[in-house]
Amino acid sequence: MQTGLEEQVALYQKRIPIFTRSVKGRFRRFKTSVLVFAYAMFFLLPWLPWARSDAPSQAVLFDLPGRRFLIFGLTVYPQDVLWLALLLFIAAILLFFVTGLVGRAFCGYFCFQTLWTDFFIWIEQKIQGERPARIRLYRQPWDREKVLKVGGTHFAWLLASFWTGMTFAAYFAYAPQLVVDFVTGQAAAAAYITAGVLTVSTYAAAGLMREQICTYVCPYGRFQSVMYEADTLAVHYDARRGEGAHGRASARAGQRALAERHEKGLGDCVDCGLCVQVCPTGIDIRDGLQYKCISCGLCIDACNTIMDSFGYPRGLIRYDSEKNLAAAVPAKPRVEWKRLKTIGYGVALILMTSFLVYSVSTRGSYDRTVNQIRLPLYVVLSNGDIRNRYQIHITNKAGQEQTYVISARGVPAGALDLGSFQEITVKPGHSGTVLASVRLSPELAARTKHFELIITPRGKPAEARSETVRFDSPGRPT
Amino acid sequence: MSEQKLQSQTVQTTGHAWDGDLQEYNNPLPVWWVYTFYVTVAFAIIYWIIYPSWPFGKGWIGGLSSITYVNSDGETKTHSWNTRALLMEKLNKADAEQKPYFDKVASMSYEQIAKDPDMNGFILSAGKALFSDNCAPCHQQGGQGKIGFFPNLTDDDWLYGGTYAKINETITNGRHGYMPTFSEVLSPEQIDDLANYVASLSGIGHDAAKAAAGNTLFHSDTAACYYCHGADAKGRQVIGSANLTDKVWLWADVPGADTAEGKVAAIRTVISNGLNKGVMPTWGGRLSAEQIKVLTVYVHELGGGQ
Ligand code: SF4
Ligand code: SF4
Repeated sequence: MQTGLEEQVALYQKRIPIFTRSVKGRFRRFKTSVLVFAYAMFFLLPWLPWARSDAPSQAVLFDLPGRRFLIFGLTVYPQDVLWLALLLFIAAILLFFVTGLVGRAFCGYFCFQTLWTDFFIWIEQKIQGERPARIRLYRQPWDREKVLKVGGTHFAWLLASFWTGMTFAAYFAYAPQLVVDFVTGQAAAAAYITAGVLTVSTYAAAGLMREQICTYVCPYGRFQSVMYEADTLAVHYDARRGEGAHGRASARAGQRALAERHEKGLGDCVDCGLCVQVCPTGIDIRDGLQYKCISCGLCIDACNTIMDSFGYPRGLIRYDSEKNLAAAVPAKPRVEWKRLKTIGYGVALILMTSFLVYSVSTRGSYDRTVNQIRLPLYVVLSNGDIRNRYQIHITNKAGQEQTYVISARGVPAGALDLGSFQEITVKPGHSGTVLASVRLSPELAARTKHFELIITPRGKPAEARSETVRFDSPGRPT
Repeated sequence: MSEQKLQSQTVQTTGHAWDGDLQEYNNPLPVWWVYTFYVTVAFAIIYWIIYPSWPFGKGWIGGLSSITYVNSDGETKTHSWNTRALLMEKLNKADAEQKPYFDKVASMSYEQIAKDPDMNGFILSAGKALFSDNCAPCHQQGGQGKIGFFPNLTDDDWLYGGTYAKINETITNGRHGYMPTFSEVLSPEQIDDLANYVASLSGIGHDAAKAAAGNTLFHSDTAACYYCHGADAKGRQVIGSANLTDKVWLWADVPGADTAEGKVAAIRTVISNGLNKGVMPTWGGRLSAEQIKVLTVYVHELGGGQ
């Protein structure tokens, strides 16, 4: 037996279009300032000049063919991958730390998806008008006005997306040259592919999918719930205050003043719906904390505006913790950091950051590795002498060509043989290899277990570094 | 908004009921997800058309994409996409990238190559690869050799000479080392005397009286050792006879024996059995002249070059 067929059930969930109303307030101002700052950083950085001798004068350049990242005065080579690992670790810990304290602060204010969606909504609003106008336009048949306005919006979105992609590509090549090459069709295929993929994905994510990215695609939105605790601050609707004994009600005559409302058992929420209208993910925060809420605070701004206009106290919707909301006498919401977890995250954060800063600030002008050649470990020469060989690999991390001198300590003069290369000159960002061999008489070899190889950049004795290496010998008398 | 509320409040089912009351919640997929699925289907179809994917008769349908490469006979071939053709194309490309280096190798002298820092890097990498592919099966990784079988290339002792020209000649033409069997010509005592004499030459513990007898025998026409190894026992590189006065051993496993007796015994074995196994194949026909030149410099740099 089958029932319910008469009810038409959609096979797929249709996206419910969201038309957000603009709002003014603290959180909106904060969001806007983050947006302006982040955009200025992202869009202007590739154009910032920086004097360099061996690379284009661009402050931030990810030089992939040269296998190095140039970031202002710092050059990062692949062997510095530890820094990247540290950076990622710090970022992860920071995310956990902040989420534990103030919930999804990242989502609402700093996430690329939020920033670009916010900007795209701003474009939409500038072209199509405020929320009621946009809804009208949506319902309207496809006439000239709608085609122009909607078409114009999408065109503007595509332009913004394209410049986003273009800017991203500009981090990997000298920006002014790249743009010229790009227009004249001379740029590398990778540049076109990068810019193309980013244009399409930006347009799709910020223009078309928006909150669907946060609800369906983004994994963070799904697992952040495990980082929430009763003490965590999040955007909450104070249901006790808003609903009162008999629920929310509009502010009609006779129930406009707060005293009248309380007398009738009505809550402070005037059911204006503004908090829902401003929400970029299209949810009703009054249903309680939910996974779709990105903690952007716009509903707080909206509600505070209403509260102000009625002369009610602010904060019906506010950042608060579950614990505080449930307390008999709610205190002023505050950041509760005195918890094992947050302190742990905080300590890890400080340790890792100091380690990274230390590691970056004490980096040398060159990298060296000395490997003993182990095939064979030692060679017996025809007169019985023992020879060990070493491969010395030097990477020049300084900005200019450098010559390195190699010497040995702990073995007699003349024991070290560097073959054809007494010293080696390495171009900036390149590596050079020298084969060194050390030859000792059997008696001396039996006594020598270790000695030191010293690498000195010529003219910079202060930067000399020594490396203790093993000396192997047959171990039994011949 | 009202629509949203409805969604969150009414529980929708797919409308089917089994066994009277068993129903299934309707959790529809988001539309973008469905479109993504369609895109993957479209991708698969395009993929089928471009790449070989369908069996057809005894073979398969090649697909639209093709690869053009030059095969080993120098013919240009165009083949529908497959991994073999892809490999050929990549090998061609790698060869083309290495060509300027090999051209440079051909035009430079050995000494110039060894002293040029850029070429040094190339020799270390290309030479190492060539050595690993062709030489390491016998001479071992790193050229350390194997006592009793293959010479150690990292020491300074050379049977046929360790100059660039000699190394090149050895690689190009190969070698065949030989030493006659003495067990039928000499008595065991005589062989023992000779072994003690050879041991004495490189400072190994020996019986002085036997060594003295061996010395005489070595230079006599009965054994005629001097004929190949030279009156000074230092060997003759023209014929590849070993230098018996140095501390480097190839055929007799002297370093492997713990006692002086053992070392003498190891020498004895070689004298009585002789050798016919010092065979190095010819590489002239298998490797190009430039490859052999790279190998020559690489082997020379292993530590023993003269
Ligand atoms: S409910 Fe409020 S805080 Fe959450 S996403 Fe919507 S507007 Fe932002
Ligand atoms: S904005 Fe404030 S008063 Fe208006 S519906 Fe939302 S919670 Fe109620």
